[in-house]
Amino acid sequence: MTQPKEIFVLTDRCVGCRTCTIACAVAHSTSKTLFGAVAETPRPKSRIYVEWAAPAHKVPMVCRHCEDAPCMHACISGAIRRTDDGVVITDTDKCIGCWTCVMVCPYGMIGRDLERHKAYRCDRCPDRDIPACVAACPTGALVYQTVPAYAADVRRHASGEMVKGKGS
Amino acid sequence: MAVTDDILEKSIDPTVHQMLARARELGLETVWDRYEKMLPECGFGELGVCCRNCNMGPCRISPFEDQGPQRGICGATADIIVARNLIRMIAGGAAAHSDHGRDLAHTLLLTAEGKGGGYEIKDEAKLATLAKEYGIATENRTKEEIALDLAKAVYAEFGRQEGFVQFTRRAPAKRVAQWQKMGIDPRGIDREIVEIMHRTHIGVDNDPVNLILQGLKASIADGWGGSMIATEISDVLFGTPTPVRSVANLGVLKADEVNIVAHGHEPVLSEMILAAAADPELVAKAKSLGAKGINVVGMCCTGNEIIMRHGIPLAGNFLQQELAVITGAVEAMIVDVQCIMPSLGSLCECFHTRFISTSYKAKFPGAIHIQFNEEKALDIAKQIVKVAVENYPRRVQDKVCIPDEKTECMVGFSTEAVIKALGGTLDPLLEAIKSGAVHGIAGVVGCNNPKIKHDHGHVALVRELIKNNVLVVTTGCNAIACAKVGLMLPEAAADAGEGLRGVCQALGVPPVLHMGSCVDISRILATCAAVANALGVDISDLPVAGAAPEWMSEKAVSIGAYVVSSGIFTVLGTVPPVLGGPVVTDVLTRGAEDVVGAVFAVETDPVKGAALMIAHIDKKRAALGI
Repeated sequence: MTQPKEIFVLTDRCVGCRTCTIACAVAHSTSKTLFGAVAETPRPKSRIYVEWAAPAHKVPMVCRHCEDAPCMHACISGAIRRTDDGVVITDTDKCIGCWTCVMVCPYGMIGRDLERHKAYRCDRCPDRDIPACVAACPTGALVYQTVPAYAADVRRHASGEMVKGKGS
Repeated sequence: MAVTDDILEKSIDPTVHQMLARARELGLETVWDRYEKMLPECGFGELGVCCRNCNMGPCRISPFEDQGPQRGICGATADIIVARNLIRMIAGGAAAHSDHGRDLAHTLLLTAEGKGGGYEIKDEAKLATLAKEYGIATENRTKEEIALDLAKAVYAEFGRQEGFVQFTRRAPAKRVAQWQKMGIDPRGIDREIVEIMHRTHIGVDNDPVNLILQGLKASIADGWGGSMIATEISDVLFGTPTPVRSVANLGVLKADEVNIVAHGHEPVLSEMILAAAADPELVAKAKSLGAKGINVVGMCCTGNEIIMRHGIPLAGNFLQQELAVITGAVEAMIVDVQCIMPSLGSLCECFHTRFISTSYKAKFPGAIHIQFNEEKALDIAKQIVKVAVENYPRRVQDKVCIPDEKTECMVGFSTEAVIKALGGTLDPLLEAIKSGAVHGIAGVVGCNNPKIKHDHGHVALVRELIKNNVLVVTTGCNAIACAKVGLMLPEAAADAGEGLRGVCQALGVPPVLHMGSCVDISRILATCAAVANALGVDISDLPVAGAAPEWMSEKAVSIGAYVVSSGIFTVLGTVPPVLGGPVVTDVLTRGAEDVVGAVFAVETDPVKGAALMIAHIDKKRAALGI
């Protein structure tokens, strides 16, 4: 089975511009354009957040689509399920707005849609090859990659660091 | 060299296609490559909601409610931030145009004092007209004496603290009264620009409408002040343009001559470069080095200035500056100020081309700086041309690739030339407008912008207008785009609607009239004022409209603001960074009607943009009962 891709965050790359949040909201708008999205009612919502980790880090936070997803287990109405692509999604027809998922999510990734009275979260942009936030990031702080490929990159970098200064 | 589909999508100009393919072959980067690398552009910037005016921030307002900060740290709303940013753009644009005007005033002053190193007063009739406007005595006085008083009077407009800028009084009395009523009649040129910088400082003006009014005030000081001074004094020093034939596009570069591209804006430099290039010693030197002569061509608004006064060929508009270098046939790219890409330095290093900067205000990486000085103008110009001539033997023939395309054009329609073409009076034009043969007049101006297919925005809009019998007057990069496709030939009347075609054929003029460089939009204002005064109405009553289909610069923002402030409906072809502020957007597109009798519209499709202009002209014709 092919490995699904995840959104990884390179925290040292984020400059806190929040371009990802705009791209996310536009991707979840009706018009799919920025100038159209800002005129829509209700306003489209971003599913990615940029947090400030004092004293020096800006951290994009997006749903991890956990393998053992607490939200999915906790959802009392059975609205949360995992797709064949490994993406954890909320079925808005079934969602009753009890916010149990909000209580159990360790990352705080569930939002409340006040107009529709439903929970919302990252859906990994099912209509796009690369999620909008990843495509928009100007510094490459968001990486859309499979776990083995991402881990291999980290290993290559770490191995280089380990032997640095030891000569060849 | 492969012209691929993506290259064809970038421009309608075959020279651009050829040179972009050449750039790719040589592994060279151009503005289009950098634009693509920049995508997606920052959404906060696109909406105008980021503020860096103090160091509590930078702040940016989330365009999506409940999704981040809705106020800056000081408490500024999106509208306050958008309005502040917008009028700072106007300040930048008005400053650029007006500093250009100031340089002309300075040159006139030196010339009048006998210190101009090669300049002379060429248009005494215009000198006398301007002197009369300023109440300067002309009888029994030399032209130098008159010019000295005029230069001092014009110089004083920049630092004026109270009163009004003289040329604003060319506007119809109703227009001036409206400006006064709204508190936007400028007191001086520099003062209004400085006041923008004050008002947009942290904690000063936080009323979006009040901010925009100050922006309009400064823009009027540009259009009816700084820019108009630049135009008028240029005419005094270098002659008022009259219709002249020439050619435009990169094919004007010559394989066997020393090619000098004069790029930038102010004729103070380019006029002297032309004089120096005609110097027999330098021409002999060029010939001794194997060239057949010295070929000076213009680029951007410098190109407009010298083509309309001397018929000097025009190499291209803003997005073609790098492509001129990539021909490998340019010995020197000589620049002064404005719209000069800093990428030229590293690009010139890939060829033998000398990139020569001449203004202490505008230095560039990779450029040779030869400081221009009006008091020794001709000597320095000769020194600059000498660098170009001596560079000819370094040209690498294998790298030379000059496109063939160049198109004939008829340019140089100053207001005076238009009136002359009409037989000495505006009446034939007024009659043609009244009869409907000329449905209306459109001013189409502005830059190039890689966001829009190069020249497509300009040409498609202009073609649609003339097809509908709207006479087009144009300046800047739009003028160059029109010249390159043959719209500035009398024969182009064949592409116009029946009424306009007849008028053009009777007068022997093109349906698209070249009025000059970007500061020469002041000529369009002056023409509109003359028409309005002749009819006894305000400019906002006229069947006229404006457009900037491919605009990008701060100067264009100031232009848009002063054109609307003058009462002319204006269509923008690229979206200005204001949509993050709903109040500001509403003021610009609707509310301004009550303030200045005109509004902005944004339409990225040039044909639809033309339709908006024609609909506006229809409305104004109906109101006039014609």
